[in-house]
Amino acid sequence: MSANLTLLVVMGVLYACGIYLLLERSLTRVLLGLMLLTNATNILLLTTGGYAGLAPLVAKDIPADAYNDPLPQALILTSIVISLAVTAVMLGLIYRSWQLGRVDEVQDDAEDKRVAEQHGFDVEDDSHVAAETTEFVPQEDESVTQDDGAQPGLFDDEGTS
Amino acid sequence: MNPAALAPLAVVVPFLGAALTFLLIRNPHAQRVASITVLSATLALEVWLLAQVFTGGTYAVRLGGWMPPFGIVMVVDQFSALMLVVSSVVSLAVLVYATGQGAADGDAAGPISIFHPAYLLLVAGVSNAFLAGDLFNLYVGFEILLTASYVLMTMGGTEPRIRAGITYVVVSVVSSMLFLIAIAMIYGATGTINMADLAVKLGQLDPGLQNLLHVMLLVAFGIKAAVFPLSFWLPDSYPTAPAPVTAVFAGLLTKVGVYAMVRTETLLFPGDALGPALLIVGLLTMLVGILGALAQTDIKRMLSFTLVSHIGYMVFGLALSSVAGLAAAIFYVAHHITVQTSLFMVTGLIERRGGTSNIERLGSLAKLSPVLSVLFFIPAMNLAGIPPFSGFLGKVGLLQAGVAQGSALAYVVVAGAVLASLLTLLAVARVWNRAFWRKRVEVVEPEPVLLDHGRFSAEAGVTLLPKTMVGSTAALVAVGLALTVFAGPLFGLSQHSATDMLDRGAYIHAVLGDHG
Repeated sequence: MSANLTLLVVMGVLYACGIYLLLERSLTRVLLGLMLLTNATNILLLTTGGYAGLAPLVAKDIPADAYNDPLPQALILTSIVISLAVTAVMLGLIYRSWQLGRVDEVQDDAEDKRVAEQHGFDVEDDSHVAAETTEFVPQEDESVTQDDGAQPGLFDDEGTS
Repeated sequence: MNPAALAPLAVVVPFLGAALTFLLIRNPHAQRVASITVLSATLALEVWLLAQVFTGGTYAVRLGGWMPPFGIVMVVDQFSALMLVVSSVVSLAVLVYATGQGAADGDAAGPISIFHPAYLLLVAGVSNAFLAGDLFNLYVGFEILLTASYVLMTMGGTEPRIRAGITYVVVSVVSSMLFLIAIAMIYGATGTINMADLAVKLGQLDPGLQNLLHVMLLVAFGIKAAVFPLSFWLPDSYPTAPAPVTAVFAGLLTKVGVYAMVRTETLLFPGDALGPALLIVGLLTMLVGILGALAQTDIKRMLSFTLVSHIGYMVFGLALSSVAGLAAAIFYVAHHITVQTSLFMVTGLIERRGGTSNIERLGSLAKLSPVLSVLFFIPAMNLAGIPPFSGFLGKVGLLQAGVAQGSALAYVVVAGAVLASLLTLLAVARVWNRAFWRKRVEVVEPEPVLLDHGRFSAEAGVTLLPKTMVGSTAALVAVGLALTVFAGPLFGLSQHSATDMLDRGAYIHAVLGDHG
């Protein structure tokens, strides 16, 4: 199979720019990066069809290898439609993100950060357990051991149950 | 008659249903009736398909009458029929759950009207991916389900959902892009994208090129299936979505990725060229996932991490590339779809009853709602693999297959699998101890709704545990239990299907006929 060098170079440049933009924190640039990646992939698909040939409309006196391979073009059409839909969704999401928080950047997950910052597993787990852990047996006086590291605002047990 | 002739209906019916529910967008009641009817019909069709292939046989249907490998084919074999049935059972249960939520909340706080069309499109995409007989149709199936999932994920458009949604969309688009690049390269190398044709032609390529294409496909599917180094996106994005959406995503979307990995490993690239690498990846997925789960205080996030962890078990079974390993992996997929979905549904109920899914702020649910605690306890123990549940049977199958393979690496992964299973037990037991067994007085800042009694919360203005939601969850938990009861036939089916898939002859013959 032979391929067109210009197309390959264009594809490479598109991929490089696309990946560069994808790694940015700004959402608009990420979107632009995705669009470049899609187009680079479309060119890759086109290249797999080989050199340009005649339109694949069958005529008796044309040899089979003179036609262009129509399949990659069908694939590209589908892929363009899909990327159109995805780009529209992304634009909607970015606009909404701008509307809500005036941000055009990838946001960190707050819960992720909170989990990462907690010091060790279960500071309060074993330290804050009542002597009788079931509620099915009614019991009035509960001896609760408080841990030094307990955060302020822990629910106070006295006289609530 | 060729039973597969009706197979395209499994895609077309939900598609038409999506169009119908879109027309009915101003009439929520008719919309609910329509979508439940459509999904029930799809399920009935798929059960019939499974019955046709239950005792063996692979059928292909040529769409538009084009001869393969030029036209599009859809293939029904035991694995795809089983996946279709399990996914439809799960999506039907979640749909009933979601409509229950919508009905109970008067559609104000529940899923909005775009939910039904998007949901049916998701189902159509999943069915299309399971039936696809060529790589590009598989890609289209993925894109249909992903585009629907973008809508479902960001439903309501709140800030956390938009934040998580953007990450999710970008990661999914990149994985699809990798898949498309792989398709282009495979087409360039072989001149075909029909999977049966590829099964014949890929083997004739240079081994180095084969490995390149193989790894590209696995990376693309690995992102979708959330296999360890590629799994970071999942626990970030799933927990923010509405409860029914998270439930169906957790059950189905990653499993479509696993399905594609299974096809890649068995049909396209048989043999264990990447077996050891996959074993290591499986081990890391199990351990990293479950360690992540232990650090979480939010039940949804914890479950998202266990989801990642248990994908590792399926990769483990697949990596062994033996009949026993593959059969156990198939059984495990069926088990895990039902169990993980029912756990997320229960979490939705817990969130409703307790006002939050943070275990620090939940307590005494066992006393407040015994039904809820039973509904949580059974799938939780099932997930952890306590006998006699199906999780235990699946894990035993995997461990046996691992030991049977006998390499040192397989033994290490077997040990890791046991450890991950124990840690899963620890993770779910922690939720149980905090949210269900702990006294209410020990709860830090409980939500007011947790202190309510009775069925209706004046505080939140909603019915706490609507019957439809509890009923659908209970039904899915019962399906999970049924997998235990009928584990024998199901394992037989998995075994048979694994033998067929590793043999490949039936699949290739069904698609290409005699000249394949």
